[in-house]
Amino acid sequence: MKALRKLTWIELKLFTRDPLSLVFTLALPFFFLIVLNGVFGNEVETDPAEDVWRGVGPADYYVPAYLGLVMSAIGVLSMPTRLASYRERGVLRRFRASAMPLWAVLGSQIAIALLTAVVGAVSITIASTLIYGTDLQPADSLAFVPAFALAALSFGALGVLLGSVMPTSRSAQGAGIMLFFVMFLLSGSGPPREVLTGPMKALGNLLPLTHVITLLQDPWLGFGWNTGASIIVASILVGSVALSIRYFRWE
Amino acid sequence: MVRAAGLEPVLLSMMDSALVVDGLRKRYGDTMAVDGVSFEVAAGEIFGIIGANGSGKTTTVECVQALRQADAGSVRVFGIDPQTDRASLRSVVGSQLQESELPNRLRVWEALDLFASISPTSADWRELLADWGLAEKKDAAFASLSGGQRQRLLVALALVNSPRLVFLDEMTTGLDPAARRVAWDLIDQIRLGGTTVVLVTHFMDEAERLCDRIAVFRQGRIIAAGSPQGLVDAHAGDATVHFSTDEADLSWLANSQGVERIDRAGSRVTVHGSGPLLAHTAATLVAHGIAPLDLRTERKTLEDAFLALTARQGGTTA
Repeated sequence: MKALRKLTWIELKLFTRDPLSLVFTLALPFFFLIVLNGVFGNEVETDPAEDVWRGVGPADYYVPAYLGLVMSAIGVLSMPTRLASYRERGVLRRFRASAMPLWAVLGSQIAIALLTAVVGAVSITIASTLIYGTDLQPADSLAFVPAFALAALSFGALGVLLGSVMPTSRSAQGAGIMLFFVMFLLSGSGPPREVLTGPMKALGNLLPLTHVITLLQDPWLGFGWNTGASIIVASILVGSVALSIRYFRWE
Repeated sequence: MVRAAGLEPVLLSMMDSALVVDGLRKRYGDTMAVDGVSFEVAAGEIFGIIGANGSGKTTTVECVQALRQADAGSVRVFGIDPQTDRASLRSVVGSQLQESELPNRLRVWEALDLFASISPTSADWRELLADWGLAEKKDAAFASLSGGQRQRLLVALALVNSPRLVFLDEMTTGLDPAARRVAWDLIDQIRLGGTTVVLVTHFMDEAERLCDRIAVFRQGRIIAAGSPQGLVDAHAGDATVHFSTDEADLSWLANSQGVERIDRAGSRVTVHGSGPLLAHTAATLVAHGIAPLDLRTERKTLEDAFLALTARQGGTTA
């Protein structure tokens, strides 16, 4: 436990010293929020035929989407790059030779993922409330908290999986940046899903962020627990854990 | 087990051995990386493993530490079987791995603090920081350290769990000559602290300077083993003694003890032979009223022995 605690604390410090992680997980989602809310404002569309924002104001629609975007930046970009680089540089080999338990290595990564997701969520929610007057808390907290935990864990596990299969930190970073932007555009954190064309929507349905955003958005906006999305996101979690156990390599 | 005439056997008594390796084999595809290696390291000694690149040195020490699974053979580290009791192994073994780095932005003290937290037997890392000359670099990021400082940190990390046996794999590769000397002193210090050292290197001067005993690896086998001086005596070839004289007839010198052949080029004489050739030659010369000012012997080194060993076996040094 002492090793896990120390490693988590050190990983947290390393995270704050890494510009790439900070930019993608905290600065970039915030930047998107400013741009998109600047464009769309927060007026509720009264004509249901014209509405693409699920019956709420655009800014309210986007808050849970950005919470998901922060998680995805950790899961597809920051964590895989870090783990692949650790393997490439022999850091994992050194951990193993020093009897650092695997669960401490991976546990610290998951802990960082959860912590970053929470910090990102709190700062985005507060900023959005201050600037655009959106709600400071979810409409359905009882459903939102487990949805948030499930989503963050799922992206954390996906990050471990990608970090396990990516051969180098460069490939992890390249694939991660691509995935991040494709998900940003097609999962409902960029243009609202309603305006996407059929093929875009279909592709979006294959992306984990789409379901994470649905899972977060429904309780945030008061539409309750989304069972379909929760099953998909839980499956990603279970699948990632299983495949990570199968494919994780120390070197 | 390797025995050669005039050499100490590689296997010592089982009594106070830190490490016993018997019949170790490891295959990668069609290549036998380690092909039946046996040796024993006594507690408290510095044991050298030398050989060209790809001769199986690193694979051997990685198998010994259970970082790789050997195909055959047995290993005991202070009586512990690494494959079945990793936890006990890790508490007695320290390892400075070849080509292993740390996160760029990790600071020196954080690395020591982290690795100390893994093991319950950890020493006070602040002492290691001072011992290894890293106190001033305490807050420096790993990426900002020089090659020598990195190596010192990695060795300090290998020692942080107060191991009884430490593996140093090419720890001076990439260091400048001055930094290598410093590293050598530090290895002496480790031994003085009571820790057994297994030193993997391809620098012959380093092995000769530091090791009590050495195993020479070639193509996955141990082709010779013994003390540095024993290896030199057995494999480095004839001793030679040089001097100059105007004396025309030196035929009496051929009867001096150990002399095998005398070459002359004008006044310059080279005596080939074996044993303490310089002392015998000097005595004979003085007895015949000749006291050359330039009488000297050429010191054979481990490098000569190594080259002779690998050449004789038709090997190439990479």
